[in-house]
Amino acid sequence: MMIETATEPRAASPLRGKRILVAKPGLDGHDAGAKVVALAMRDAGAEVIYTGLRKSPAYIARVAIDEDVDAVGLSILSGSHKELVAETIAALKEEDAGDIALFVGGTIPAEDIDALIEMGVRTVFTADMKLDDVVDAVAKALA
Amino acid sequence: MVAVRKVEEKAKAVQPEPAGIATTTPSGIKAPRVATPDMVGAAIAELPGQYPFTRGIFPDGFRGRTWTMRQYSGFGTAEESNERYAFLLRQGQTGLSVALDLPTQCGYDPTDPMARSEIGKVGVSLSNLSEMEILFDGIDLSKISTSFTINGTAALIYAMYVACAERRGLDPSVLTGTIQNDILKEYVARGTWIFPVRPSMRLTADSILYANRATPRFNPISIAGAHMRDAGCNAVEEMAYTLANGLAYVDELIRRGGDAEKFAKRLSFFFYVHMDLFEEVAKFRAGRRIWARLMKERYGVTDPKAQMFRFGVVCGGSSLVAPQPQNNIVRVAVETMAAVLSGAQSIFTCAYDEAFQIPTEHSAEIALRTQQIIALESGIARSVDALGGSHYVEWLTDETEKRILEKMEELDSHGGAVAAIEEGWLQMRIAQRAHERKRDIDSGAFPIVGLNVHTDDDADKGPSEVFRVDPQASRRVLEKFQKTMDSRDNRAVERSLERLGKAAADDGENLMPYLVECCHAYATIGEMVACLKENWGEFQEPIRL
Repeated sequence: MMIETATEPRAASPLRGKRILVAKPGLDGHDAGAKVVALAMRDAGAEVIYTGLRKSPAYIARVAIDEDVDAVGLSILSGSHKELVAETIAALKEEDAGDIALFVGGTIPAEDIDALIEMGVRTVFTADMKLDDVVDAVAKALA
Repeated sequence: MVAVRKVEEKAKAVQPEPAGIATTTPSGIKAPRVATPDMVGAAIAELPGQYPFTRGIFPDGFRGRTWTMRQYSGFGTAEESNERYAFLLRQGQTGLSVALDLPTQCGYDPTDPMARSEIGKVGVSLSNLSEMEILFDGIDLSKISTSFTINGTAALIYAMYVACAERRGLDPSVLTGTIQNDILKEYVARGTWIFPVRPSMRLTADSILYANRATPRFNPISIAGAHMRDAGCNAVEEMAYTLANGLAYVDELIRRGGDAEKFAKRLSFFFYVHMDLFEEVAKFRAGRRIWARLMKERYGVTDPKAQMFRFGVVCGGSSLVAPQPQNNIVRVAVETMAAVLSGAQSIFTCAYDEAFQIPTEHSAEIALRTQQIIALESGIARSVDALGGSHYVEWLTDETEKRILEKMEELDSHGGAVAAIEEGWLQMRIAQRAHERKRDIDSGAFPIVGLNVHTDDDADKGPSEVFRVDPQASRRVLEKFQKTMDSRDNRAVERSLERLGKAAADDGENLMPYLVECCHAYATIGEMVACLKENWGEFQEPIRL
């Protein structure tokens, strides 16, 4: 499950020392975006853990705690982002880990972004964003 | 006058230096400044309809029959879809396409906690025969062709379709249609796998062999490169990995007693067409040639129909972008031209707004009109393989063929498609490629107008609509499910599942008749999957990045 840290990270390593969990909740099987972001964060110096497909929010919360991560990134393209984010936040709180920073990426309509932020998501990423901007946003939130 | 100057000024103000024309194709093939006669191989002497079919599988191309214009339609509950189907059939449509929700695709009943937020969302919930009876109520199954986009549970849904026909007193041999049934690419790209790779291959082979016998006019598999392309492959890799998956199915079918001379006639393929027109044409010309040669030379197939590489395509997909969405109409038009010039058997054109919302009726109509304009006005379908003999296209076909074969050999060195997928090598390779492609888009090295070059800050961005679950629909599905559970003969269900379990444990059995029996008894998708999981276990996703 662990992705090894790149042997030669990019010159800038804004995520050095950070542990980040990338997770696919629900049944949606589109994982290209999750993997690309995982690779980008690895290149930026982070230790990245990727869960693989079809994980329950409870499982994701448990891995986040067991692996002592600084942030969790959920990738959701099925349209179920509101339900799955709410369940993940509840699961993290249940485990007393509500302080872990939560990020969401995927097919998220513009009008839902504010709602997710209000629920407690730090930043919502969409496919048109540059990877460097994604990395910078995560680094800033974790600084 | 004023408006034009304003645009010019704006263009000057915001544009970076123009990147110019790349000299290599997106697959990394360095194109010659100009192709010359000495660069062209022997294929130029071939004719369409002749082995190895570089120039097409039919001697008359589209003169006898134009390609099938296939468009998707609708989702929702079985009742809503049934109404929609009845409408389409009254309009003269003869083919229906069925999209299934994710629980049905992944083998969960609607009552499963994993299914909760996904019931009826991206398609119909077909958890048991009673739902399919509602879906096709009043529709003559002998008169329509039905296409099911289903993979992980394809054999189960196909068994349900057979049971549905039998229930109405029809001989299943009258059924026509297609199930996607390509499980290998699910492990790599689309993610609706359930069982480990090898028993899944058996299930696929069983359904193909059963279909050849029981429903000879039904296409039991559509081997797909499209999803791997979407996940990050370039054109060469898309063709290479799809052909490799095709060979893995052929090997499994032969292992299970199939005759390649027969089953190969019912194998078909499915790809994306992206924007690099000549590279796409070369990809399909090379693919046809490689497949025919492999079928003849490796498997000794002699019937030309069993050597032919038949394929459908989607124009659009991940080549469409959200900013300046109407540019996508142009992209789909170019891609459709590439598909026609490649001799595709069926073409699906994406709506220009698909990159960010569920298509409107208007955008869906433009997508269909694009095909009709190219078919009836452009004249590009008039003469078969109109690009054949072009020095550049013939050279690029040879070069693409060489690279596809190299990629197939590389995959072979990792044990072939099945082993490479079991170990996660292919998934890793595609993820790395997706990362590279995203970096190239971010840097502008891979230009996409409106996205990373000639951008417009005011342009629309981001999805404005996604699949929303109707809580009422989900509740209705659960109510119907409970009703079926209460009214069915549970002892018959248990008996049929027990027989299925025994057959699953015996590699010598074809599973299809047992699945059909389970469907007749109203066993659910979740029950059948649980029974097979007991025997085979579940796929453990290898995670390598």
